[in-house]
Amino acid sequence: MTALRSDLEPHTAPVTRAVAVDPRPTLEATGLVKRFGQTEALRGVDVALSAGEILAVMGPSGSGKSTLLHCLAGILAPDAGEVRLDGQRIDDLGETARSRLRRTAFGFVFQFGQLVPELPAVENAALPLLLNGQSRSSAIEAAEVWLDRLGLGGLEGRRPGELSGGQAQRVAIARALIAGPRIVFADEPTGSLDSLAGEQVMNQFTEAARTEGVAVVLVTHEPRVAAYADREIVVRDGRISGAAREGDQ
Amino acid sequence: MTTQYGLLGLLEEAPRHGYDLKLAFDRVLSPQRPLPFGQVYATLARLERDGRVSVDGVERVEGPDRKRFAITPAGRAALRTWLREPLHPEPHLQADLYVKVVLAIILGDPLDDLLDAQRRAHLERMRELTALRQSAPLPTALLADYATFHLEADLRWLELTAARIDDLRTHLATRGTA
Repeated sequence: MTALRSDLEPHTAPVTRAVAVDPRPTLEATGLVKRFGQTEALRGVDVALSAGEILAVMGPSGSGKSTLLHCLAGILAPDAGEVRLDGQRIDDLGETARSRLRRTAFGFVFQFGQLVPELPAVENAALPLLLNGQSRSSAIEAAEVWLDRLGLGGLEGRRPGELSGGQAQRVAIARALIAGPRIVFADEPTGSLDSLAGEQVMNQFTEAARTEGVAVVLVTHEPRVAAYADREIVVRDGRISGAAREGDQ
Repeated sequence: MTTQYGLLGLLEEAPRHGYDLKLAFDRVLSPQRPLPFGQVYATLARLERDGRVSVDGVERVEGPDRKRFAITPAGRAALRTWLREPLHPEPHLQADLYVKVVLAIILGDPLDDLLDAQRRAHLERMRELTALRQSAPLPTALLADYATFHLEADLRWLELTAARIDDLRTHLATRGTA
């Protein structure tokens, strides 16, 4: 065992990334507060996400990490604080504008249950384009390309019930990326998968996001999943843990 | 210990010269740290003495004689016994980490800072291993997986300990360190 351990001693070679991270924040949140009744789920959170950056949001159950994702993505309106996308405030937009933003600038991947069970994989992946008014044939064509890219060639006609968990997540990833979003929000995307399927999903997800230059906010409680990100923040009791050192990164 | 069984396993696959054996060992079993020649020959001499390998033939190709080694039935039996026997499930917990955490609890120091610093260091290493795994040949990727899972186990233990910190402090306050 000692041999195994010393074989993999830290090496000095830098970790290479397909896409350089743009240091200017694409998404920036300051002083976010969110309450549910008497409970303060977020108690003053600051986050900045650079273009093309993959950021892991970690923390124990109930720490507020999913609430943070929902506030950043315009699913929930914060009680205090601001969220800006490319410098423009998005937290105070009305529901219609926020809904449009979620369809055009953002993509989403959740733990499970996000695909429409009656639709085949290719139509599930094409949904954002269809909702944005693109023609059916071109939307389906784009979805076929994305499914193939994520290793799902030949499974286009299968319904979600006929796919494995890992395949279904890759359909969800194709759907999240198909409309060319700036940011994909992923909440425990491998939470319901075994180790191997989870690894395949994370490999393909992060590779596709890096190739496309799409930023990712990745909520996970698993360190192995967080290790696919460029850096991590930890939410504990509604605050960023070790926030004072955030600026040192 | 593992080296001799690694060599036996490769010899069961096919008889080999010491040099070829070393190359196969490095490629498949120890991609990050080559086995020193001296250790290969010393281990083979010990295996031969114990009747686990035998010299299968000697070749002379422009230079010194090259012995070709083969596994014996006794070697095969020893290898099978070793393969079937589970390893002692020795905790990989790093003693330093354990001592730090227990001391922090005893002294009432904030565990969150320690946890954050350790998580940052562990995750940085796990990121390197993840990148390595995506580009490396299979043996190296398997080792990277192995290391990643153990680092993750360290972190999970730290998280759990941090989550139980109040209970642990109460326990220590009522029972002391004796």
